[in-house]
This record gives sequence, structure tokens and C-alpha cells, in this order.
Amino acid sequence: MDFDLSPEHEAFRKVVRDFAESEIAPHAAQWDEDHTFPLETVKAMGDLGLFGLVFPAEWGGGDGDFASLCIAIEEIGRVDQSMGITLSAGVGLGANPIFRFGTEDQKQRWLPDLVAGRALGAFGLTEPDAGSDAGATRTRARRVGDNWVIDGTKVFITNSGTPITSIITVTARTDDGISTFVVEAGTPGLTIETPYRKLGWHASDTHGVILDNCSVPDHHILGASGSGFRNFLSILDDGRIAISALALGCARACLGSAIAYAKERNAFGGPIGRNQGIAFALADLEVAVENAANLTYKAAWLKDQGRPFTHAAAIAKLYSTEAAVTATRVATQVFGGSGFIEANPIARFYRDAKILEIGEGTSEIQRIVIARGLGLPVS
Amino acid sequence: MNVIVCVKQIPDPAMPGELNSSTNTLKREGKLILDESDSYGVEMALQLVAAAGEGEVSLVSMAPNNEVSGMRTALAMGASKGILVSDPSLQGSDALTTAKVLAAAIGRLGGADLIIAATESSDGYTGTVPEQVAEVLGLPSVTFAKHVVVEGGALKVNRQTEEGYDEVTCPLPAVISVTAGVVEPRYPSFKGIMAAKSKPLETVTAADLGVTPVGWEGAGQTISNVTKAEARAAGEIIEDDGEGYAKIVAFLENLKVI
Repeated sequence: MDFDLSPEHEAFRKVVRDFAESEIAPHAAQWDEDHTFPLETVKAMGDLGLFGLVFPAEWGGGDGDFASLCIAIEEIGRVDQSMGITLSAGVGLGANPIFRFGTEDQKQRWLPDLVAGRALGAFGLTEPDAGSDAGATRTRARRVGDNWVIDGTKVFITNSGTPITSIITVTARTDDGISTFVVEAGTPGLTIETPYRKLGWHASDTHGVILDNCSVPDHHILGASGSGFRNFLSILDDGRIAISALALGCARACLGSAIAYAKERNAFGGPIGRNQGIAFALADLEVAVENAANLTYKAAWLKDQGRPFTHAAAIAKLYSTEAAVTATRVATQVFGGSGFIEANPIARFYRDAKILEIGEGTSEIQRIVIARGLGLPVS
Repeated sequence: MNVIVCVKQIPDPAMPGELNSSTNTLKREGKLILDESDSYGVEMALQLVAAAGEGEVSLVSMAPNNEVSGMRTALAMGASKGILVSDPSLQGSDALTTAKVLAAAIGRLGGADLIIAATESSDGYTGTVPEQVAEVLGLPSVTFAKHVVVEGGALKVNRQTEEGYDEVTCPLPAVISVTAGVVEPRYPSFKGIMAAKSKPLETVTAADLGVTPVGWEGAGQTISNVTKAEARAAGEIIEDDGEGYAKIVAFLENLKVI
């Protein structure tokens, strides 16, 4: 029995932490305020090998395990949730579907740039009337000659409109079920709407996407026709562990800064941390962070061992994201009024956290997955 | 072009350091990290080898308890191999003994076209080891290098001075000390970290290198006393009431700097 990460994992954590603290943390507040997608920093994350961590060296990747990706997402997310989700989505929703389900030709065409972080891929699943209920997908793809012509609307698509977005992988209804198609940026009939004004994740790139008579060649179908539903469910399993790591970074940041503040802020003749009302809340938060870390890295470990991890990923995602939301609320309470001021990163984390309970499967969906794992006939 | 970098592994400066009260030396029992001031030398070495298009960067280090964490960091950046000298008898070694040990380790690697060290370590700060290494090896030494290129088999160095810099040319092989901040050390990649795991690191003792005596026995120094540096007095804050400039001028005149 061993709960330690390897010395190489720890060395890598230090590298990513140094990078996050010097290249991201000083700018995070400004990017958030300006709703800026920091292209050069994202490219620097690519240079560091973060987008390629889990992919084989033959595609330019780092041959790393999923735990190493979780470390990277946690550490980036500890200073900037927007950059954490940019990384998580770039790897899990951009490159991973091509790597997992792409033909050799498709991989040759798209994977090396995605792995290097020179390009970003997006994944278009959610629609105005189909999110958690992905079976209700309305986007359609029909055969016209040697092409597929796609019509539909996708919403909340991360990394879909950056200057380096190369592809958007979309799900669409075909005669045999739901299939997946790769639509290259700039394809006629593909419209990327103006970015959303979001509650949080301001520096993350999110758009609605319209496909209107959008024609892609036959060889842009990803995986077998009709296999889209099964394929994206498996993609989402990976993504849930990654979001759990992102939530862990958020919770850790909140706990760390709240502890520091509770030691230095004086009220009624001493540091506020001597009050049990504060101290116990932070003790509870420590328990939550420890649990979130153990659940996240256990799920990653199961995946790295090649063992079933759907259940563990749902548990980790559910627990860590709810812990993150709690952590932002508790930390804001510890900071009092100064936690409500935008100059304090806690205010940004407070706005950023809520989406963690929603994206890549809502908390309710996680509970369904977990309950089904218990053999309950939950619908 | 082959380059050897002398790297020191030091206690993490983020953790408060502690002195051993019986020897007045820094406690170095815990995990050690690559001295940041050496990361510039490693980066410069990697750039020079890349510019030459052939050769490799090797490391020498002296540290207690077979500690290689800091060396692994330099290997993860791209160095190829290293020698660690680790030996309980080395405890208490002074700068000159350290230089003899490092010079012997450099010899064990077969020497190099260029040997790089930081101008000074971040924990001991004697700032004398690089020149002593050069003397022991009988090589020319250029200190405070801020810009280094190799042209026509010779070394061209911009050498930092108080007024600016000197342009120095020097034959190879040579020993140079580089100042902090002159290059931007790369972040080791995950691939680099994993590759570092299997790069050759030889651990040897002072006796293996034939350097004796070492440690307190070989030291030409004793540390008789250590005192705390005086706390710096707080500066004077001048509130600008419209006449602030006059007070600053008066202050500077009083110092006779204007």
C-alpha cells in the first residue's frame, strides 16, 4: 500500500508550480478583468509539454500517465482556473478524441499540433436542448455525395474560438444513431458566435457554435458511424478526473490563503484563527481537500492501471467540485469584506467554482452514475 | 563541445535554514535542491552545446547523504550525466578542499572544453570556488561572465564590472563563473524529468578521487563564531506636502551624492 506520488511526479509538480506562479499568477487577475484569452501563455504551456503529457512520444507527447496530467491541472488551477480548464479541455476534449478514435490519417493530420499546444481542439456536444440528455442531440448530419453536411447549434463550447483553434469535434445525429465529426476551423457554414460573458472562467474561451449546411469530407467522421454516444461517454469519464483535479486546485488555493489570512488578521485582540468559528471551518476544509486529493489521484491511478474507473471518476468529480464550491464560500467568509473585493483572488475563485459542479457532467449526473454503479435502477 | 557545470545542491531557501551549533555550519541533512544560481550555468552550457551542434553537458557536485535531487533537476533540463561526490568525511570541507574535490571529479569525467560555475552559491557565498577549481586544474579563469560565445575555438566573454562590462577573449579549455540572471533557465519538461531518471549519475567518495585530507581535517579554516547580521534600520518616509522634493534633495546633499 502506497499513497505517495513518485519522486518524478513531485519534481514535475514543482516545475508546474514554478511555472504557474511566475508565468500565470501575476496576470490572472488582469486576464479575468479583461476577459483575455492569453494566447502566448497557452503556447508557453504547450512548450512546457503540458498539452502532450499523456500522449505517446510518437505523436510528440510526454509518455506520461494520467496522474501527471492531474498534477498539472491542479497546479495551474491553483493560481488560475481559466488556464486550468483551457488545459483540461485542450487535452481531454481537443486531442484525446482524435487520439482515441482517430484513424492513422486523422491522427497524422491533427494530433501533432494539438499535442504540442500549437493548436487547440474543441468538443461540441452540448446543445440548447441537449446537455446531460445527450441522446436528445438535434444536430443532424446527412450524406451528400462523398460529404457529410451538418446542421445544428452547439452551446458553451470551450476553446472553440481561439486564434489557434484547429478543429471542433461535434456530435450529430445520423441514420444509425449519433456520430462524431471533425470540423476544421474556417470550414464554410461553421460560425463561431461572439464569446459568452460568463460568471467565471473569464480567461477561458467559450462560444456558441452554429453549423449551417456545413460540409465536411467523408474521412472527417471520427470513429465508426453511430458510435458517437458510446465514444463521448468514455471521453467524459477521463474529463471528470481532470475536472476533479481542477476543483482540487481551487480548493487548495482557498484553504491556503484562508489559513494565512486567519493567522495574520487580528480582531478582538488576536488573530481570528484562534476563534473556533474560523479554526473549525478551516479544519473541515482541510478534511475536504485531503479527501478531494485522495479521490482524484485514486481515480487517476485506477485509470493508469488500466482498471475500470467510471465509478471512481464520478465520485471524485462530485466530491471535489462540491468541496471547491464550499471552499470558496468558507474562504470568502474568513476574509470577510476583503474577500468580496476583486483585488483578492478569492473573489475570482468564488465566481470560477460554480461551473465545476456543472461542466463535464453535472453533480446530478454524477449521482446517477454512482447510483447505477450501486445497482440501483435510477432513471 | 563538451561542457561541465559545477552544481551545488542546497537546502531549499524557502525553508528557514538552521546552523549546527557545534560546528557553526549550515545543517544540510534534509532534501536538497539545485541552487538557483547554478540553473543559469546549466542553461548557458546547454545553449553553448546546442550552438556548437555537438557535445554534451555533464555535471559535478559535492553533497552529503548521496543527495541527487538537485542534480536530477539539471539532468531534467538536458544535462547528460554527472558525478556526485558524497562522503561523510567531507563534512567541514572549506572552499579550497571543495575546489580540489570538484577538480578531481572533473578529471574523472575526462575534462571538458569549458567548465562553468556560478559566481557564488546561495547558501555559503564564499564566491571563491570557481577560481580555485581553475587554479587546481591549471586552466585560465574568467569570472562574472554575463555573455559567452565560442568563436574560432576561443571563448569570448562579456565580463560584468561595476562600470559596465569588459570584453575578454580566452583560450579553451577554461573555467568561467556566470552571474545570475544572464540567461533564462528553461523549465524541465515532464519528458525531461522522466528521462533524467535513467541518466548516468556516478556517486564516488573523496578517497575514490584520491583527494585527502578533506573535511575538518583538510580545512584551512575554523568557524569560531557566528553572529546575526544587524537588522537594517527602517527608512525614513517623507509625506509629500508639496515640498517633498526639497526634503529629498536635502537628504541626498547630506549624503554628498549630489
